Amino acid sequence: MKMAIFQVRTWLSRRFSSVSSQTLRVCVVGSGPAGFYTAEKMLKAHQGAQVDIIDRLPTPFGLVRSGVAPDHPETKIVVNQFSRAAQHERCSFFGNVMLGSSLSLAELRELYHVVVLAYGAESDRVLGIPGEDLIGIHSAREFVWWYNGHPDCKNLDLELKNTDTAVILGQGNVALDVARILLRPATELATTDIASHALAALEESSIRKVYLVGRRGPVQAACTAKELREVLGIKDLYIQIQEADLLKTPEDEEEIKNNRIQRRVYELLSKAATTGHSYPRSGQRELHFVFFRKPDRFLDSDERRGHVSGVHFEETVLKDVGGGKRVAVGTGKFDDLQCGMVLKSIGYKSVPVDGLPFDHQKGVVPNIRGRVRHNTSEDPTRLEEGLYVCGWLKRGPTGIIATNLYCAEETVASILEDLDKGVLATKSISPKPGREGLLHLLDNQNVRFVPFNGWEKIDSTERRVGSLKKKPREKLATWEELLKAATE
Amino acid sequence: MMMSVPKLSRRVGDWILKELSRGESAPIIRAGHVQRPYSQYLKPLFGWQTEANLFQGALFQKHHHFSTITADTASEVESEENKKISVTFVDKEGEEKQIMVPLGMSMLEAALENDMELEGACEGSLACSTCHVIVMDMEYYNKLEDPTDEENDMLDLAFGLSKTSRLGCQVIAKPELDGIRLAIPTGT
Repeated sequence: MKMAIFQVRTWLSRRFSSVSSQTLRVCVVGSGPAGFYTAEKMLKAHQGAQVDIIDRLPTPFGLVRSGVAPDHPETKIVVNQFSRAAQHERCSFFGNVMLGSSLSLAELRELYHVVVLAYGAESDRVLGIPGEDLIGIHSAREFVWWYNGHPDCKNLDLELKNTDTAVILGQGNVALDVARILLRPATELATTDIASHALAALEESSIRKVYLVGRRGPVQAACTAKELREVLGIKDLYIQIQEADLLKTPEDEEEIKNNRIQRRVYELLSKAATTGHSYPRSGQRELHFVFFRKPDRFLDSDERRGHVSGVHFEETVLKDVGGGKRVAVGTGKFDDLQCGMVLKSIGYKSVPVDGLPFDHQKGVVPNIRGRVRHNTSEDPTRLEEGLYVCGWLKRGPTGIIATNLYCAEETVASILEDLDKGVLATKSISPKPGREGLLHLLDNQNVRFVPFNGWEKIDSTERRVGSLKKKPREKLATWEELLKAATE
Repeated sequence: MMMSVPKLSRRVGDWILKELSRGESAPIIRAGHVQRPYSQYLKPLFGWQTEANLFQGALFQKHHHFSTITADTASEVESEENKKISVTFVDKEGEEKQIMVPLGMSMLEAALENDMELEGACEGSLACSTCHVIVMDMEYYNKLEDPTDEENDMLDLAFGLSKTSRLGCQVIAKPELDGIRLAIPTGT
């Protein structure tokens, strides 16, 4: 026992002494969960690492700030941990610095020994069906950014007052969040950190009926039990689920048996289908779960040309495509759902920057346990030296905050392995400018970056204004306000 | 139990040494915190985040509730306070660490206080699954109250879920759990 500890200690001290003479310059791009977990693990694992985190927004925390729903404050508590990492003596935050415009990937790689890209997925998958550009159709991401006060979506033009019906395409957790925000009494949202422009619009919203539409059945619904339980528990909400949709095939039974989440989600849906009234009361808000439908095209309104008036759906069945995988295929039977607003919740998409190998089909950076693979090389094991990925850019836009913890552990383990193996050549390393070089470059480019204490100023302003309204914070939702508050 | 006594006392000795060496972080009992001396450990966690206030309230309520069922008089509270149970954590590398945990303290708090590699992203507010632990003996697992729906919702998302998985924040030290062994699962 003691021996083992001794050995570990010698190993550790050897490891640190070999690098302490030379600082390892690390830059993490993106300050969401993937970025912060990477920074935290890196600081802990390597005493000689200096970690700089850059973000295109003046605010840190990525989707914890702009993705997690305002009525999920407990989920946001993780920012305490991230803030402690940011305040670490070997860590710095540079907000308002955008990779691809403030500086290029090539420049960044010149400045740092290690660059970890963790900037997530800031675009959306598209359906590619007729009518997708009609007014009243948005991605769920834009809607989420809007109610969370993301400065790029404050002025989203939503059709909340011209219709009583919204269709949400998709049945994952984002779809459920969006449905909940549309259906929860606005008075209940008033005490959350929802953006004030969104609260005002939702207070006046005429939407009473929301359809959540999925291509597959209740067994395959992509949500988790927590979010489903929440939306089903909204006060005075009429829930409709067709009992016929709940019938299980032997394949469904098999799927449920092997997957705890699917089993529990299915049980919640079955229970909801059989409890409650069979008809909504007049004026009652309604949530309809619609299964086995895929959108075929969007319908243009006759009265208001250019605006969406409904979705034309094709009925589907599940078809075995081998390997235990089943996909929804059209049956040739169609029906329409009338609505004045559509939110597509069919997945986020990452956007590559110049010089970054990218798999357009999968929407991720090709990598081996976080090591970026060389794009054009025939040799699949050839890697981009010093370049790594983490989070959605590495594995696609799925999972929860904690998924990034394990994702970051993997990427950091790869970095450490490469250091040990000398792939990163740290022993004979030529010093890299790191932070000093970044500051110099930003100065040359006239980029006014927001340091972590700039964010703390934003934070305290938001809390102060929020406390006057009995909200945990009032988010500043424009670039001007954010940058002003950061320097006050 | 008998067999583990020598080992236990050595561990307790280690623990006391460690506590003594902490020096400045020795418990400072303050008004309102008297019932739970270790609530000091919550402060760095919950310090400035007002969003967490809701939970903080709930947490203290829970503690009040706990104290009312354990003791009626201050002296009894005092003696209950001093009681600790032995908990062994087995980390990702398989290394064991035995610690003494005061009654009423959650395994998450105990792990953080003892620098165990257990994450607590939501700081015990049942909004994540990062403090997932596996109870190593079914006998002890059965001594725990069944997980609530809310805990099960989070366990759904835990990595390496097993039949005796629990969230560390929901396992609260009580006398029957003396000797419990908890494995911290590996994520990858």
